[in-house]
Amino acid sequence: MGVLIACSTVAVLTTIGIVLSLVFESLQFFRMVPVTDFLFGIHWSPQMAIRADQVGASGGFGAIPLLAGTFLISAIALTVSGPVGLYSAIYIAEYASPRFRAVVKPLLEVLAGIPTVVYGFFAALFVAPLLRAGGESIGLAVSSESALAAGLVMGVMTIPFVSSIADDAITAVPNALKEGALGVGATRSEMIRQVVLPAALPGIAGGMLLATSRVIGETMIVVMAAGLTANLTLNPLEAVTTVTVQIVTLLTGDQEFDSAKTLSAFALGLLLFIVTLILNVIALRIVKTYREQYE
Amino acid sequence: MSEIAEKKLRMAAIRKKRHRAETRFRLFGMAAVSVGLIFLAVLFAVVLFSGLSAFKQTVIHLDIPVEASGDNYQAMVKLSLRNAFQDVTSRRHKRELYALVSSGAAYQLKDRVQAAPVLRGTMVSIWVTASADVDMAIKGETPRLTDRQLAWVDDLKTKERLKTQFNWRFFTGGDSREPELAGIAVATLGSLFSVFVCLALSFPLGVLTAVYLEEFAPRTRWTDFIEVNINNLAAVPSIVFGLLGLAVFLNAFGLPRSAPLVGGMVLALMTLPTIIITGRAALKAVPPSIREAALAVGASPLQAVFHHVLPLAMPGVLTGTIIGTARALGETAPLLMIGMVAFVVDLPETILSPATALPVQVFLWADSPERGFEERTIAAILILLLFTCLMNLTAVLLRKKYEIRW
Repeated sequence: MGVLIACSTVAVLTTIGIVLSLVFESLQFFRMVPVTDFLFGIHWSPQMAIRADQVGASGGFGAIPLLAGTFLISAIALTVSGPVGLYSAIYIAEYASPRFRAVVKPLLEVLAGIPTVVYGFFAALFVAPLLRAGGESIGLAVSSESALAAGLVMGVMTIPFVSSIADDAITAVPNALKEGALGVGATRSEMIRQVVLPAALPGIAGGMLLATSRVIGETMIVVMAAGLTANLTLNPLEAVTTVTVQIVTLLTGDQEFDSAKTLSAFALGLLLFIVTLILNVIALRIVKTYREQYE
Repeated sequence: MSEIAEKKLRMAAIRKKRHRAETRFRLFGMAAVSVGLIFLAVLFAVVLFSGLSAFKQTVIHLDIPVEASGDNYQAMVKLSLRNAFQDVTSRRHKRELYALVSSGAAYQLKDRVQAAPVLRGTMVSIWVTASADVDMAIKGETPRLTDRQLAWVDDLKTKERLKTQFNWRFFTGGDSREPELAGIAVATLGSLFSVFVCLALSFPLGVLTAVYLEEFAPRTRWTDFIEVNINNLAAVPSIVFGLLGLAVFLNAFGLPRSAPLVGGMVLALMTLPTIIITGRAALKAVPPSIREAALAVGASPLQAVFHHVLPLAMPGVLTGTIIGTARALGETAPLLMIGMVAFVVDLPETILSPATALPVQVFLWADSPERGFEERTIAAILILLLFTCLMNLTAVLLRKKYEIRW
């Protein structure tokens, strides 16, 4: 029995380990760079001067451009996966024949099983050049590492994520409600829009929040398809960088554990952890209370 | 009368409008489903069409005069090329000629001669690897060869001294700067080692935790906390686990960088929540009558669970484990953090030797500017997808076959 209890604490220890390691390294970082500079600075170029009088020595550790980049790519991804995932779920749950459902649902779930590095490769090698060529033909300058390419592919990746949670929420709506709507003469789409969706809304919202946290923390697609230089813009055709991209670039290769450059990656990690944690807690609570409502 | 007719007409118009809305809605749904399916189809088509060519490799047949003594195999290969095309005299043309074969040719010759020293002083007939540029040209890509080199290639082809054969090296070789010599053996072994470590840690830990939480734990604040914790861990970005591995396993515990052991440990922490959550669901599905029957004939609570409930829940537990492992196999970001992103040529011997992993190899090759790496990247993706799809398929079949509906 003692063994069982010990095992169950591993999960807690993991969380403690994550929090401690992130907080400890971040505190060291904030000793060199003030928290306010990090959270509200709009200039990101993680370098520290070797000599005080060096030209261009003032490294910038403002996370705002990274947050803006992350936000931009996430927004693009969610505008793809939100509607597409939701409509897919509606079609599969309410319109499709059982046979269609049995084939298509697992196929869509294959999308979720594909390693993200494959999506990244696909975004960088096929989607980005395609967008570039498309942009050129209508006279738009599209960067070869545009936020759009990374966002679109990330959107496709999260389709099964949104659709499976939306599917659960839709099928959990009691049949009595659906049949009642059809009984008073609503068409199927009216029934879905006016009865099923409002009833399933909390579940769907929870699913979207989980998808958001997933998209924010996604790394490989943006590392391979988005840019490296911090760029404070909301133009999806330009290259932007994200929090996860910077963590990877700062921590692969040579590192010294006392330089602000390396430590800043942990501060970014802490920021990422806190944001996704908040999203997860809210989402899990919504999904849970909603599930209990109809059980 | 006309008023009623008018009303009927109006109603008919509204009905038509409503039905049009219905059709539109349905089409949207179909379109949405097709977006995902089309992407999937395109992805698999691209991977299959452009990845399969990497399993073939162009080789060139050379008659190499091996010196009785001396080990300059590079010079011997060059000499045999000059013998084959004796009209080549200028230095620049010679260099172009040497570029037809891979720099690995000398090593092939060396291996052959060292395995059979009797060959020294004789003429050795050997198929050597062609350079990536020749390989690409043979495979129909726009060649990067000069006209002179193309003429030589054609000449070799007509003399049947150039052919394509199955690319064993891709499966047995480590990483290389030369695309034609690069293989996935190090990455595959690294992945196998890490996944093995990951399973060895996460499976017992996950199952025991699930058993404790589902069967024995009193509902206290502490167990509630553990539960919330596990649910949250399942949604923490993978790169954060990488940061944990870097700060704790590498810096605090001092474990070696780039080792599959550390990779497996990080992956285990990531897989743990999945196993616990699916494990608990599987245990919950076993009806209480099983437990009660075991207890009634005198089994201790532990015996009831480990002899009766857990075996019945095993198919569900295994399904969750396989799905979690498949995800761990495809995970890249945390492995980048702990340094499994090195240039490794030699096969890893233990779980402590430096290695890469399949998805990391894809990432590394995708970054390489040489064109020969593109098909190799896609071929590595093909292998990776094959593994993950096989695992997921096993999970689905397992669930279908052994799932017990109570």
